[in-house]
Parts: sequence; structure tokens; C-alpha cells
Amino acid sequence: MSRLRRSMLFVPGNNPGMIRDAHIYGSDSIMFDLEDSVAITEKDAARFLVYKALTTLRYGKKELVVRINDLSSGLGVADLEAIVRARPDVIRLPKTDSAKDVIECEREIERIEREAGIPVGTTGMMAAIESANGVLNAKEIAFSSKRLIGIALGAEDYVTDLKTTRSPEGIELMFARGMIVNAAKAAGIMALDTVYSDVNNEEGFIAEATMIRKMGFDGKSVINPRQIAPLHKVFTPSEKDLMKAHAIMDAIAEANARGSGVASLKGKMIDKPVVARAQYLLEMAERAKTITVEEV
Amino acid sequence: MFDFDSIPHIKEVSACHGVYDEKNLNEKDPVSFDERQQRSKKVLPDLEEAIKRVGLKDGMTISFHHHFRNGDYVINMVMDVIAKMGIKDLTVAASSLTDCHWPLIEHIKNGVIKHIETSGLRGKLGDAVSHGLMDFPVIFRSHGGRAAAIETGELHIDVAFLGAPSCDPYGNANGYNRDSEEGSCCGSLGYAKLDALYADKCIIITDHLVSFPNTPFGIPESQVDYVVKVDNIGDPNGIMSGATRYTKNPKELLIAQYATNAIVASGYFKNNFSMQMGSGGASLAVARYLREKMLEQDIKCRFALGGITGQIVQMHEEGLVKKILDVQSFDLIAANSVKNNRFHQQIDASYYASYVNKGAAVNQLDFVILSALEVDVDFNVNVMTGSDGVIRGAVGGHPDTAAGASMTIVVCPLLRGRIPTICTKVNTVCTPGRTVDVVVTDQGIAVNPARPELYERFVEAGLPVTTIEKLRDRAERIAGKPEPIKYGEKIVGVLMYRDNTVIDVIREVID
Amino acid sequence: MEIKKTGVAGTMESSDIIVRIEPKNTEGVELTLESAVMQQYGRQIEKVIRETLEGLGVTSAYVNAVDKGALDCTVAARTLAAAYRAAESKDYVWNGGSIR
Repeated sequence: MSRLRRSMLFVPGNNPGMIRDAHIYGSDSIMFDLEDSVAITEKDAARFLVYKALTTLRYGKKELVVRINDLSSGLGVADLEAIVRARPDVIRLPKTDSAKDVIECEREIERIEREAGIPVGTTGMMAAIESANGVLNAKEIAFSSKRLIGIALGAEDYVTDLKTTRSPEGIELMFARGMIVNAAKAAGIMALDTVYSDVNNEEGFIAEATMIRKMGFDGKSVINPRQIAPLHKVFTPSEKDLMKAHAIMDAIAEANARGSGVASLKGKMIDKPVVARAQYLLEMAERAKTITVEEV
Repeated sequence: MFDFDSIPHIKEVSACHGVYDEKNLNEKDPVSFDERQQRSKKVLPDLEEAIKRVGLKDGMTISFHHHFRNGDYVINMVMDVIAKMGIKDLTVAASSLTDCHWPLIEHIKNGVIKHIETSGLRGKLGDAVSHGLMDFPVIFRSHGGRAAAIETGELHIDVAFLGAPSCDPYGNANGYNRDSEEGSCCGSLGYAKLDALYADKCIIITDHLVSFPNTPFGIPESQVDYVVKVDNIGDPNGIMSGATRYTKNPKELLIAQYATNAIVASGYFKNNFSMQMGSGGASLAVARYLREKMLEQDIKCRFALGGITGQIVQMHEEGLVKKILDVQSFDLIAANSVKNNRFHQQIDASYYASYVNKGAAVNQLDFVILSALEVDVDFNVNVMTGSDGVIRGAVGGHPDTAAGASMTIVVCPLLRGRIPTICTKVNTVCTPGRTVDVVVTDQGIAVNPARPELYERFVEAGLPVTTIEKLRDRAERIAGKPEPIKYGEKIVGVLMYRDNTVIDVIREVID
Repeated sequence: MEIKKTGVAGTMESSDIIVRIEPKNTEGVELTLESAVMQQYGRQIEKVIRETLEGLGVTSAYVNAVDKGALDCTVAARTLAAAYRAAESKDYVWNGGSIR
């Protein structure tokens, strides 16, 4: 089973305290940010800090992601020079408008991998789509590189592009979310949802998380550690769903034992996708069940 | 008519003073009750007069309480008058001392104060003591240890100077004021009650002299010798914060979440359980999370003990906590609840924690949540000296509740800044590891090997359990191994365990 | 690396350190350090700063650091940022690349 990416915790790249503690909150991924959370005058300092943290501190089994500045800002390549060498799991490219953006970034990553003696292709990528144009190009972006582990929605810039604002219900994001989740699944990669910025509105956060899970998203970015537990709860299968999944797997096992290729439950034949879904559900439940102390 | 001597057995009747004689009657006092109370001989014009009347002399022991926390004016006010009167070599036995008591430094230097007993020291005074201010080491006692020492007469108080937010002319004193909403309010007078009961002389210092009877009272008139009215006993803002706020610190919330899950999994979380929570950020958050669990599982708490916060009061008013035993109110909501809620009972320090008192409430605790500056791999806890070795804490009820509770949970971050909280050897042992069962940090939970059943239950519940050594190793791996603090030879403080045996000493700090 | 002007990096936040590097006319790095954890980690912080500067080839500078409990990696990162700023250089050298 592929990695769980229910939660990706944003960590400002110039904040040593948060960088030090980023792994304690139990998010599936940690995203160190060199982009919007870092003042333009501190880009160099944040780069040193994230580089040093990645090469020194231990984060256990957490997936480590670094959001670089976009390449057109003139900072992106400098970010890559440092960060690729620090060997995070994934580079997150912001403001992706087209497949070309991904390919350009990939070219730089590959060059640096070669220069640094890093096996080519080991640095993963994800692309954040943050404009109307990017959303329309979601499919070509999702298919643009083997390195892509997923595509993400960046809502703040996107709603600005649409000349609207974010609402609690998120009606303005319906199309973008639909496009992105569909493009991602077509390409066989993950779809990751945008942040929910009102950290004090837990109810609103849970409602949004429930919706995006239903839509098919694999996870969501979080800006405050407090959002991780409720988010994981949303992504944890219910008792009812689990019982059903167990019943399906039992029926399959029983059919196999009988030497029959056809399993049925309550008189209904069990289709292949149903089995796959049940399997996924059980694995997710297993993964979500225990918080273990990682040897970091 | 009768013949006194002819009454059978009359000589054997006790408390019989012969035949009634009208001549012995006092003059009837025809003034109104209100006029009469105005003339109460207990009310004296100023502190100096009161100090003269109680006969305070060189070398005596005086006591104070710490219910006014950092807003206290009483100790400094009384000490200034005593100093002016030229009295020397006193022992100050306060229930605790804090930042605002730095002016005591001068009184120590001038010989007015020879010795201090307290639960804690902070700020400039703690710093000065740590740097060798006093020749006689400060004696630190837990709240229960101090109560026991007073009860047994080993700590003999000559004069107690007890501030009270309200008092009537006969000495009925209270931690709040029923006659007016003005002035300060500290709720429970738990630590003052015992001093009033056992001191040879007791002076109440108040800024609200109210009409008799000031009921229900924290301290009864029978224990009070004199009452002195002053302009202000303290700064209300320093005495009480409006409400102890919930932390938003994600790390404290994480620790609280782990601690709550540990409680729920421990086996002690069942109907009619009993608990004590501290007032630190993580402790308070535990109260919030535990409340959710209590609602979810329909579990009620029989009593909450200790320093009481608004969070506990809220749970009491919702019917989740049936009774509150309050030795010290931590915020205004708690203080007002003492005044308004019938089953929010103020208790004295002996009732709370004395080891001499078999029925002490700490012995009835299912669990207690405590904080720590340092915890070592033997589970010993330091709540007294900071990372630089300087005295900046208080023993409080830490060792008492740890010893009494069926499950003692210490909550602390793995690191504070760069300093590991979990270490090889604490700088100062305040609470012995034998009495500490669980240590909850942001990076894992350690269970005392003496409690294997708790370990099993936590593992079963999927909690992030590890060993205390692994927590220590992890802290040192992140921060690096700290170099030891440099101490001198001179002993500046002595830590008494709750049975008043010496558990550790604090040495002078070398800069 | 030659220190040309004053370069500062870091903040006064907890777990951070401010490193200020200034030009000096004579050889040698003169370091003053204030730290919230001086007794436990003062020597280690000084060591990291000196080694980092050595690695950059800085042999002459005044360095003033005010530490709020930064980890070694933060001390190094802030020293690097301050030194490059003070040298007005962007010729960063990244030594990573080894497989984790």
C-alpha cells in the first residue's frame, strides 16, 4: 500500500522552534515552507535553516516535503540547489500553471541530482495548482512527470484569480477540487486539498475535511497541529464501514477456501472494486489505529 | 429557697461555681449591636499596636500565607513595621513566598530575618538565596509537610499575620467578601486556616472590615486575637486572574491529549473517580479533554481536590464533578465558586495533605496531574531549581499528592528550549521517583517499571509508550548532552520530604 | 571568505539565535556570546560558530551572538546566513547529497 498522506503539516521555513518540533504532532507529512511564510529578505536564511534541519535532525518515518519558490521568482533554482542536496522525499512546486512548469523544475532537479551524485529520479515532486489556468491544465500537469506523487490545490491564490473569496461552504472551489481530484486519479497519483485557515473553527474544518474525503481527496494540508487529530479522525473508517469490510474479506476467504472464484455476501456477488475498497479501508484503519513512538 | 450544701453530690458536680449572686452580674450594655461591634477591643488602629500587644520578640517565629500570590502586600508591610520596631532574628515560616517578596532581602541583610521556612521562592529573593544570602539554609516543606509540622508542634508559630479580604470586628475572616463586590478576593484560605488554629497569637489584616457575623467564615473569631484594618492587602490583579486561560500552545495540547488518553486507559476512569489537576497549561487542557470523555462515557467525578481552577468549577456546575475540596483557589471563577457553591468546600492544609492525618484528602485521590522542571530516569522530580540551578519554584503539594494518589501523572515537554526535561539525574529531588507512576511528554509516555499493569493498559490502548531512558536519550540526541551546572559547597536550601526528613539539599550557585 | 560589512541573521524568538558578524582589521575571530543556556551549552554553541566560520574560510571577524536556546543546526544555519550576508556573497556551497 502506498503512503498515507492524510495530513501535511505546514512549517514556516524560518522558524527554528517549529522546525525542531514538526514531527511530534503525528502528521503523515511535514512540509517545510520556503515560499509564502518566509519574508523576501529572509529567503537565504530560511534556506540555510531548512537545509541544516534536513541534513541534521531526525524526523522518523515522516514524509518530508519542501515547498520551494516558483522558478519564475528567480529564487526557485537557488532553493533547489540547496534542498535537492538535503534529500527530502518530495519537492513541492507552487503556482503550477502548466506541464511546462513541472518539466522545467524536474530538469533542474535532475541536473542537481547528477551533480551531487544522488541517484537520478529519487527526488519526488508534487505540484500545487493555484490559478484558473492551472486548474484547466490539471490533467496535463498530473501526467507531466513520473516524479509526481500528487497534485494539490492552493486555494488562496486561486480564489484571487477567480476574483472571489473563500466561503465556509467552499462553493467557489467546487470546480477546482473536482478537476484536481479527477486529474490526479486519472494519472494514478494523489489529490491533496488546500488549507483551512480559520484554525479556531474546528466544526468548519471537520465539515470541509469530510467533504473532500468524500470527493476522493487523499488528504489535506494543515497550518496548525491542532487540525491533525480531527483530520485523521475524518479519514479513519467508521465501525460500520469496518464491519462491512471485514465481512467482505471473510466472504472472499471463505470462497477461496471452497475453491470458488465467486464470493457473495447476503446473496449479492462481490465485485472486484468492492474488494479493493474493503482492503483499502482495512489497511487505512490499521495504519490509523496506533500512534507509535518513532525512533527518531 | 434552697440550701446549697444540702444538694446531694453537689461537691462532685464540675463547673458549678456556688450560689447565684446578682452582684456578680455585668452591667447590661444598652447600645445597639452595631455600635457595640464598632467598639470591639480586637480591632486595633495599626500594625505596630498589634505587634506590641502580641508581644513579638527577638527570635520568635512568625507566619504568613500565600493566597495573595504575586499581589501580596501583607508580608512586606508587616516586615517593614517589624523592622522599624527593631525586632531581630525572626524565623519567617510562610506557606510560600513569591516574586513580590524581594524586599525581604534587605530584612535578611539587616538581621531582622534570620531564617526562612517556605514551600517556594522565586524572583530576586530566590536568586539572592541561591547566591548565598543566608547562613541558615532555607527550609522547604511541602504543604502537607508544613501542616504536619504545625500540627505536631514541631513548627511552633508565635504570631500568625494573616491577610484576609474580609473580616468582622471579632475576627471572623474570609477569602472573599459577601458584603461588597469590591476589593480583592482569594477564595479559599486553606493555608491560613491551620496557622490561625495553631499559632499562639493570630492577627488578621484586612482591607474590608465588615459587619458581624462574616459568615460562613474561613477563620473563626475564636482563633483570632486582633484585627487590623489597612488600606490595601494586595493588588487584586496580582492576587487573581479573571480566569485561567486555556492554552493554545499545540505542544501543551498534545501532551494534554496523551495524558487524557492515559487516564482513560488507566482503569481509574470510572464513575465516582477522584482527581487533582494543576494550573499549568497542559494540566488545564487535560481538564478540558477529560470533560469531553466524561460526557462521552457518562462518567462523573466524585470530588476534585487541590488548587482549584475555573475549569473544575465549570465541570462542577455542569454536574460532572460532584464535590470540590479547595485548599487554594487559582482564579476568580474558583474564588467566586467558594463563595457561591455549597459543595465547593474550603479545606485546610492538614485536611488536604498532612501525613499525620490519615484521612488527608490526597490519600483519596485516584489520580493527580503534576508538572515538572526536570524528571530523571529514576522518575525523581524537580520542581524547585531552574536550568541554571537557581531556586525558582515551589514544592507545593507535589510530593503529597504524588504519594497519596493511586496514579501520579507528571506532564512536561521533552525539552524546554534547548534544556532536556528528562535527564539522568535531577538537580534537586523534590518528589521521589517511587511515588511517580507515569511521565507524559510530547514525544512519548514512560511508565514507572513498578507499575507494569499501567504499561500493559497503555500499550493495549495504542498509546505512544516508551521507556524513561529512551526519552532521556532522545532529548539528549536533539539538544546535545548538557554540561553540568556549577555549584559551590555552601548549602543554601534544604528540601524536606512530606514526612519532614531531608530528601535533598540545594547548593550555592557559582556564576 | 572576506567579511565586508555587518551581516546579521536570526531572531530573538525562543529556540533561535541572532548572529552578527562584522569586519575586523586584524586576524582572528573574536566572539562574544550571550545565551539562555550558557552553563549547559555555551561551549558547544561557541564551537559550532567557530567551526562553521572556519569551514567558510572566515579568519577575521567580530562575532556577536545572542542565543535563545537554538539547536546546533540552527546555530550553524544562522552563522552561515550571517557570514554570506556579511561577505556580500551568494556563492553558496551545499555539501549534501549523501544518501540518507
